Amino acid sequence: MTTVAITPMNEQQHTGQTPKTLGLNLVWDKAEKAKVKSVLAKYPKGRERSATIPLLKLAQDKCGGWLPVDAMQLVADTVNEPYIRVYEVATFYTMFNLKPVGKFHVQVCTNCACLIRGSDGVTKAVKDIAGVDSSGATSKDGTFTFTEVECLGACVAAPMMQIGTHYFTHLTEEKTKDILNHLKEGGDPLKYADTPNAASDPLHNGDYEEHV
Amino acid sequence: MPKQTVPILKQEEKVFQNLEGQDDWSLAGYKKRGGYKGLKKLLTTDRIKHIEKMKESALRGRGGAGFPTGMKWSFMPDPAKTGKPSYLVCNADEGEPGTCKDRDILRYDPHTLVEGMIIGCYTLAAKTGYIYVRGEYYDESSRLQQAINEAYEAGFLGKNIQGTGVDVDIHVHLGAGAYICGEETALLESLEGKKGQPRLKPPFPAGYGLYGCPTTINNVETIAQVPPILKNKLEWWTQHGRPNNHGTKIFSISGSVNRPINVEAPMSIPLKELIETYAEGVIGGWKNLQAVIPGGSSTPMLNKGEAGKVLMDFDGLREYGTGLGTAAVIVMNQDVDVLRVMTRISAFYKHESCGQCTPCREGVGWVYTLMKRLSNGEGTVEELEQLQKLTKKIEGHTICAFADGAMWPVQGTLRCFKDEFERRIEAKEEVA
Ligand code: FES
Repeated sequence: MTTVAITPMNEQQHTGQTPKTLGLNLVWDKAEKAKVKSVLAKYPKGRERSATIPLLKLAQDKCGGWLPVDAMQLVADTVNEPYIRVYEVATFYTMFNLKPVGKFHVQVCTNCACLIRGSDGVTKAVKDIAGVDSSGATSKDGTFTFTEVECLGACVAAPMMQIGTHYFTHLTEEKTKDILNHLKEGGDPLKYADTPNAASDPLHNGDYEEHV
Repeated sequence: MPKQTVPILKQEEKVFQNLEGQDDWSLAGYKKRGGYKGLKKLLTTDRIKHIEKMKESALRGRGGAGFPTGMKWSFMPDPAKTGKPSYLVCNADEGEPGTCKDRDILRYDPHTLVEGMIIGCYTLAAKTGYIYVRGEYYDESSRLQQAINEAYEAGFLGKNIQGTGVDVDIHVHLGAGAYICGEETALLESLEGKKGQPRLKPPFPAGYGLYGCPTTINNVETIAQVPPILKNKLEWWTQHGRPNNHGTKIFSISGSVNRPINVEAPMSIPLKELIETYAEGVIGGWKNLQAVIPGGSSTPMLNKGEAGKVLMDFDGLREYGTGLGTAAVIVMNQDVDVLRVMTRISAFYKHESCGQCTPCREGVGWVYTLMKRLSNGEGTVEELEQLQKLTKKIEGHTICAFADGAMWPVQGTLRCFKDEFERRIEAKEEVA
């Protein structure tokens, strides 16, 4: 994963200018090219546009968890669509971040089943540890971004949160704190995660990698 | 220690024998449970016979709408006549709040879905199937991908499956977080790489679906139920549930119960029995029950009296003005602030509206604002009436069922808890 530095040019993203006019130019590296190829192979010839969402995910991973304008341009070029077609997709779906996120993007479900089972405590724990007070905020040191999200489909194990690709379920305020501290200290998320042991990557069917 | 689940269904009566993940999920485990047995025979039987049997089984779609699967399948034209490829698309964009059954199928029993896709593709004369999984289920999709890889290696997928001459390829496609993509035409748009905004129907997907080709979209659970229905005698399926509601179903029981659980149970089971048998009852006992949402957030709630009587199937719930939906049972006892929960559900719909139709884009936000004011006791009696009227102006005035699903729970709340709204308005007035 290459981390794209947040330069002033990137910060003035999404101002209506396309990356081409900004003179930005991001490319897939060799390993990524192989992944792109196997993503595209899932769809019929001439239907490359279908790969927009999976490729945006690859691009987001490449950029450390968010989508600067040049990442979207890269996807647009890959699927032979104008920039706007990719931009409108990136803004439509909640899993695409148009702003940088922290090292751990903590997404807490506060929908019905989680609310009933105590998501207030989970939210409080995340806010306390991250030192933030609202959804969408990132801790000062850049470690955690806290986002309130909709039902993530683990309601019988409520309350729950997602960090990276992993689900953490049956939470309490205490357990949430333990998990976040554990991650902050560099601990293995799988110690707490309620998640299948992943082996092959569902995007491109290559080796599985940890995601932001 | 949690008590042992009462085994109402014997193992051999279940479609999902490994739903709780107690056993091996992989190909070896699935085969031991009888999986892929008889696949070859099914792939060499006239596919029209399969559609007939699906009709006889009266299987109704498990994704929410309850449309008869056999009938849906019979709408698919013959590719020899259309000259276009046909597609089977599996809807695994599980997002209806309260619903979490597909996640457990994907991670604990993924081969049930893979085998269903193989037989489904054959029956619909489709050579390619896509499984559209919600993007958050990344690790679960990884498990599914492993299962698909295993099936390829074993010769259950790919070219000339088991020497039958049938070709089927399956691809996993991940979404990226949009509830509306669970609507079938929005799902197709999304699969084509666009914003997930529903299409106007007709044309229906069977005529003009993915890439403009004939397409059938079915829920994960529905597709996984196909192989055992086709392999067994009809009675194996119809012994459960009332006529027109046959079979078994996964119920996701969450909220104020002692043991929240995903469980496969017979259709038409009384709601009370379902909760008490499998979820070890309401926290604080049945007397402590306040309300139940019977089929995911879009279905209007039932009060305690109704919950004690209703049968859990499509027709049983309709009698009470609600629906089976995804069979996600959300239980709320006396400790729960029901109005807060329902306001949160309204916030969800506001967030998830795709923005295409004005009544929905604007109206759902207004409904949320009113719900919030009223449940905080900030509203007025006039607003309470306004809210009721507003829901009627939105319901039925959009191109997809999203707005209806956003209004029904509000109407249900007004029906069951109007006095609570009024109490809060009065309490506020007194303070003032
Ligand atoms: S309500 Fe939180 S995961 Fe479903």
